[in-house]
Amino acid sequence: MKADWQHFEHGADVGIWGRGDTLAAAYEQAALALTAVIVDPATVAAQTMIEIDCEAPDDELLLVDWLNALIYEMANRRMLFGRYAVKLRGHRLHAQVWGEPLDPARHQPTVEVKGATYTALMVFQDQQGTWHARTVVDV
Amino acid sequence: MDLQLFERDNELTWRIAPTGKMRVPAIIYADEALMRDMDHKVYEQITNVATLPGIVNAAYAMPDAHWGYGFPIGGVAAFDADQGGVVSAGGVGFDISCGVRTLTTGLTRGDIEAVKKQLADQLCRDIPAGLGSTGGVHLNAQQMQAMLTGGARWAVEQGFGEAADLQRIEEKGCMAGSDPACVSEQAKRRQRNEMGTLGSGNHYLEVQQVAALYDPAAATAFGLREDDVVVSIHCGSRGLGHQIGTEYLKSMLAYTSQQELHLPDRELACARIHSEIGQQYLGAMRAGINCALANRQILTHLTRQAFARVLPEARLRLLYDVSHNTCKEETHSVDGQPRRLFVHRKGATRAFGPGHPDIPEALRHIGQPVLIGGSMGTASYILAGTAHSEQLAFSSACHGAGRAMSRHQAKRQWQGRQLIDELASEGILIRSPSLRGVAEEAPGAYKDVSAVVDAADRAGLARKVARLRPLICIKG
Repeated sequence: MKADWQHFEHGADVGIWGRGDTLAAAYEQAALALTAVIVDPATVAAQTMIEIDCEAPDDELLLVDWLNALIYEMANRRMLFGRYAVKLRGHRLHAQVWGEPLDPARHQPTVEVKGATYTALMVFQDQQGTWHARTVVDV
Repeated sequence: MDLQLFERDNELTWRIAPTGKMRVPAIIYADEALMRDMDHKVYEQITNVATLPGIVNAAYAMPDAHWGYGFPIGGVAAFDADQGGVVSAGGVGFDISCGVRTLTTGLTRGDIEAVKKQLADQLCRDIPAGLGSTGGVHLNAQQMQAMLTGGARWAVEQGFGEAADLQRIEEKGCMAGSDPACVSEQAKRRQRNEMGTLGSGNHYLEVQQVAALYDPAAATAFGLREDDVVVSIHCGSRGLGHQIGTEYLKSMLAYTSQQELHLPDRELACARIHSEIGQQYLGAMRAGINCALANRQILTHLTRQAFARVLPEARLRLLYDVSHNTCKEETHSVDGQPRRLFVHRKGATRAFGPGHPDIPEALRHIGQPVLIGGSMGTASYILAGTAHSEQLAFSSACHGAGRAMSRHQAKRQWQGRQLIDELASEGILIRSPSLRGVAEEAPGAYKDVSAVVDAADRAGLARKVARLRPLICIKG
């Protein structure tokens, strides 16, 4: 399958859903879905790379930690990210993340993401072998 | 929502008797139409809240309730620390102490009509709004510590506002029990450039006209007359509060699994109030409340400056400041006995009744002002707390309309530019850094705020005092 992402409906917030042939690809796509809550990922230039590490007891909590690490880096560095490369070793995640400083006039960001929640949180592999990583983010 | 699931106490009170692991009933206050439109998740979430240890009386949902995380938005629950009661980060939310303050201006609509566009542009220039905006106040470690301890009182000491403002803020502008040491360096770092910023999403600054009065005596006490111009500011504790929420939700989840506390939903992660992490969270959350109070105070100062440039005769006085996402230790009468309780209000407003000692003296005979936010093109309301509200829901009322439609649906249905033009034709000027954001926040994406407020009024949670109509909206 081709890796992809989508948003799903939530009354007040936004559900994000990444899919891929591997769990790492699903996490990458979930991160793209996170970016797309804020801005069109295609408008984010891959100028600067930063590295992110996180670790959690299971795949689902690792997804939340990964997204929250991105949310923190975006807020703290005033950056947007549009390209992600995730490597996994068990429940340890190492990622290289590319992006650029936020330019409100050019990027026209929609909304700030406050945090990733445990609502509708699911990480699983379906019968076709595709990995899914989904949760709701608070905006 | 399936109304067959409820026992109906009266026209506006819907009860779910305890079943399974529920320790107390769950009660929703709403009229039949609001109940039918309410999503089923509110039922699931409010019954889940009713299972938490140490909960007192019942788990409550306000008429604007909708699907949140853990608690529904519009959820209220009180816990007794000595009965094993808990504090829940999800029961407070990521945007700690997000709230509304309303200022009177001494102006009427006629006074601002000729300069409305100029005022909108000035406010847009002076109020940092939207994702990535930064304020003019940058705090070093020592100043951060002082802000997290002092709240709006600190802001006034720094020259952002007037000492009189503090009398019109919950906790007199400074939440006791804050412990900045329980706030991580990441949370403090996330906040260092965000003081005095509005944020995004449903946060706004509105210039409004008093369009109708329902209770002349209360309106007079609140300083409101028909056609008066007021300003309302809706925002919260910004990045600091978001980070505190994120970090403690995670810590509480680890705690609950160690303690083998039954959790029907991970978002209900909580800690016994008499535990180390429970106390740490309360210290951090109270620091978050002070951050929100300081933030709204700085924004008030910027608003006054903007008005002074365009309408120097304006005199902006704080009517009141309320918070929507908090856990506060309060004394409430339970079965005729006073008890100290930890009252969670998630997307709900405190609404103390007349005579309560925490209400400013000048307003005490009326009841606490309850400020209900609107949604850009729709009305906002000012209500007053009732004596009866304590028995109904630990002196709590609704906080806004609540969303009726997802952001995605809203974006499919409306275009930002078109909405701005349509609202301009109705005399409402919108200024926003994001057209997509405006579309997602379309007034039509929210429930009918008037129906929500009527239900709160008829249920006795709070009584209507005034309806406000937007004239200018600075949208984050």
